[in-house]
Formats: sequence, structure tokens, C-alpha cells
Amino acid sequence: MRQIEVAKVTQAVKEAAIAANYEAGEDLLRALARGAAAEESEAGREIFRQLLENARIAREERVPMCQDCGLAVVFVELGQDVHLVGGSFEMAIHEGVRQGYGEGYLRKSLCHPLTRANTGDNTPAVIYTEIVAGDSLKLTVVPKGGGSENMSRVHMLKPAEGWAGVKEKVVATVREAGPNPCPPIIVGVGIGGTFERAALLSKKALIRELGLPHADPELAKLERELLLAVNDLGIGPQGLGGRITALAVQLLMQPCHIASLPVAVNIQCHASRHQEVIL
Amino acid sequence: MSKTVKLVPPLTDADVMVLSIGDKVLVSGVIYTARDAAHKRLLDLLEAGKPLPMEIKGQILYYVGPSPARPGMVIGAAGPTTAYRMDSYAPTLIRLGLKAMIGKGKRSPEVIAALQEFKAVYLGATGGAGALISQCIKDAKVIAFPELGPEAIHRLEVEDLPAIVINDCQGRDLYEIGVAQYRRTTTP
Repeated sequence: MRQIEVAKVTQAVKEAAIAANYEAGEDLLRALARGAAAEESEAGREIFRQLLENARIAREERVPMCQDCGLAVVFVELGQDVHLVGGSFEMAIHEGVRQGYGEGYLRKSLCHPLTRANTGDNTPAVIYTEIVAGDSLKLTVVPKGGGSENMSRVHMLKPAEGWAGVKEKVVATVREAGPNPCPPIIVGVGIGGTFERAALLSKKALIRELGLPHADPELAKLERELLLAVNDLGIGPQGLGGRITALAVQLLMQPCHIASLPVAVNIQCHASRHQEVIL
Repeated sequence: MSKTVKLVPPLTDADVMVLSIGDKVLVSGVIYTARDAAHKRLLDLLEAGKPLPMEIKGQILYYVGPSPARPGMVIGAAGPTTAYRMDSYAPTLIRLGLKAMIGKGKRSPEVIAALQEFKAVYLGATGGAGALISQCIKDAKVIAFPELGPEAIHRLEVEDLPAIVINDCQGRDLYEIGVAQYRRTTTP
């Protein structure tokens, strides 16, 4: 049994939250550069230029990429041979968020749902823990912006609607979102499972390296088909009209009930932030 | 043909009536921030017949909740937030003489109608370019509702803050027209 002090978890979450907000991933920078080259609209190319410049300023001058520093979603893969010691694991994650958002000059964007009173330290984080084989602990911190999250949807389709129905819902969700979620976007799609699992799959799909197709060639083909359909909408960067509405569509799928066909679409703005740490 | 126009509030009807969708604007001078919670407070004050914490007539509201300033810096990241959440409040402020709003994303038919009736414009800044836009902000002060944190009303002094005219006084919408040029009809 390998022991891991939860204080290490706090430190890792803190550093990951800060890094995610200041340093655009190489995968995102490559995707933005590809988008800039492929975009036909002049206004759209100007937006790509601004986003690349924004990423440079964020990294070099230590200003967060976006003022919406996100709700901290933390995906945990906990090896079953790990023994966490020194306190509560979940409290350690919340503490890492508290320290990261405080010391990193990140915006605190969480509030009471009804009174709207700010919680003051960007906690609580939303934590998903999966127990896996092995003796390591993987933490992926995903600061998720509110504007794009608001444009996300879950649909419970009839099985008869099939792939055509899934495709129609994905396209309709992006169409209705229009300029609101800061295109160019990344579209996470979850198919199957249950009502809430489809939503979770759609969010997990977003943390895959951008531009990397699904390992299953059949699903990779469906991703390409959805990307073409979404980009045919013509929404373009910032919704000003253009070829590149989405940088990628990323899909995860699992079996569902014989009565159901759950489909979730999680929209991610271009400020796609995720930092992975392995302890 | 789109043009580039410098805007310095306070603005008159004539200042905004020359603007057309797609025009680039560079905003300088004093503007005020307000997002969801601040709008609710402003409308509550109006309903109670109390004065607002700042002048609305001729002014520009920027829909933004900035991230905190590092020591020695004016402000943190400060890009626009999605504007539709302010749609239910905006017509009242436009009626009081608000001349422009800076945000991102679609406005409601009611807001677009109010822009036409009372001569005002909606400007789009680049969503997610919070670090880039922060460089145009030369001074920032909280002037109302400090308890709202990032949602407090800030008085900003800006220099050449770039935006695009999305909705003009003629009821036009750049989002509709721009997208129509690139939509492919094969889409279901």
C-alpha cells in the first residue's frame, strides 16, 4: 500500500489551477494556429490572431487568459493501492482550489444559487473520483467557464431517433448557442449511460488532448462527421460568421438502457484549460 | 464598407447613429462595468426611486467581472461576459439614455427594439481575450456594491478598447448577417 499525504494533493491542485489559467496548452495553441490558417473570414482570422496574442500576454505578463477563471472541476483517478493519509482527501482538494484562486489572483466565481452571495474563495470544487488499478493518483484540474457551460444540454432521445437524432441534437445545441459561448468552441459529446452519466461523459470528452481523435476509428469517424456538420453552421469565431465554429468535436460513448438514448453536449469555449498531475 | 470610429463618452444620439454593424470602434475615456448582480441592484434602486451610483445618460456599460489585480497592476483579465443575461434589465437603462453596451453574444428582440427606439448600440468585444483587453484599461476603481466582489460596479478608464458594432440603431444584427454568409445548406 503506497501512502500519499493529502497535503501533496492540496499543493498539486493549487499549482494546477494557477497553471491552467495562465498557460494555454500546446494542444490548444496548435489548434488555434490551425484554425487561423483555415479560416476564410477576415474578421474570423483577426479573432484567431487576438486569441494567440491573448495567450502570449497571459503567459508572459501573468494575467489570466480569461477573467472567468472557472469553476474548478477536478477529475481524480485514484489507484486502489493508494492509502491517502493526513486528513480528508476532498477537503484537501477544496483547500488547493482555495489557495490557487487566492494566491494566483484568479476570479472567484462561485455563489449561492439563490441569494447569489459569492462563496469568496471559489470553493467548493466539483470532484469526480474513479478508483482504478495501480498505486498512483492522477488529478486533472479543469477550470470551467460559465458562459459555455450555460449553452450545454442533455437530451433523452427515443432509440428510434438513432445516429441521425444524435447528430441533429449536437448541431442544434451549437446553433442555438451561436456566439454566446465564445466560439471557436470545443464540443464534448456524451452518448449513452444514464441521464447524468451522459453529461459526465460529455465533460470528460473535453479533457482529451485537443486534435487527438478517439482511439476507436468508428467513433473517430463520427467525431469528424459532427465537426463538419457543426462548422457548416457558419457561426465562425465569436459568431461573426466564418468557417471555424468548432476546433474539435470529442466523443465518449457507453452502453445505455434498451429504452433510452441519452445524449449530452458540453460546450467548451476556446479557453480550454486543463492541467494534469500524477502523484 | 465598415469603418473605424473612436468613441469617447458621454455620447449623443448623433454619435451612435453614424455607426453600422461591422464597424470597428475604439472606446476611450470613462466607462462603467456591470453584470448580473449589479444590474439587479441598479433596477432595484430605480424601482425604489433612489439615485443610481453613476450617470447613465450618454454612458457606456461594459458587461465584465474582472479577475483581481496583482499588486502594482491596474486590473486582472477583463473580457466581456455573455450579454443575454442582462436582456431583461437593458431596455430600462437604454430608456434612461444609456448609449452603448459592450458584451458578447446575442441580444433579445426587446433589446434590439430599444436600441432602435432610443438610439443606442450594442458592441461586441472578443470573448475570452481577457488578458489582451486588460492592456487597454488604464485605471479601475470600485464605485458601488463592493460586496459583490467581481460583480461590483467599477469605473474604468480605457484607451482604445476594441469592439465591433453588433446591433446598430437601424435594428440590424451582425450575428445574423455574418453567419448567413458562411452557412452551408447541407446542414439539417
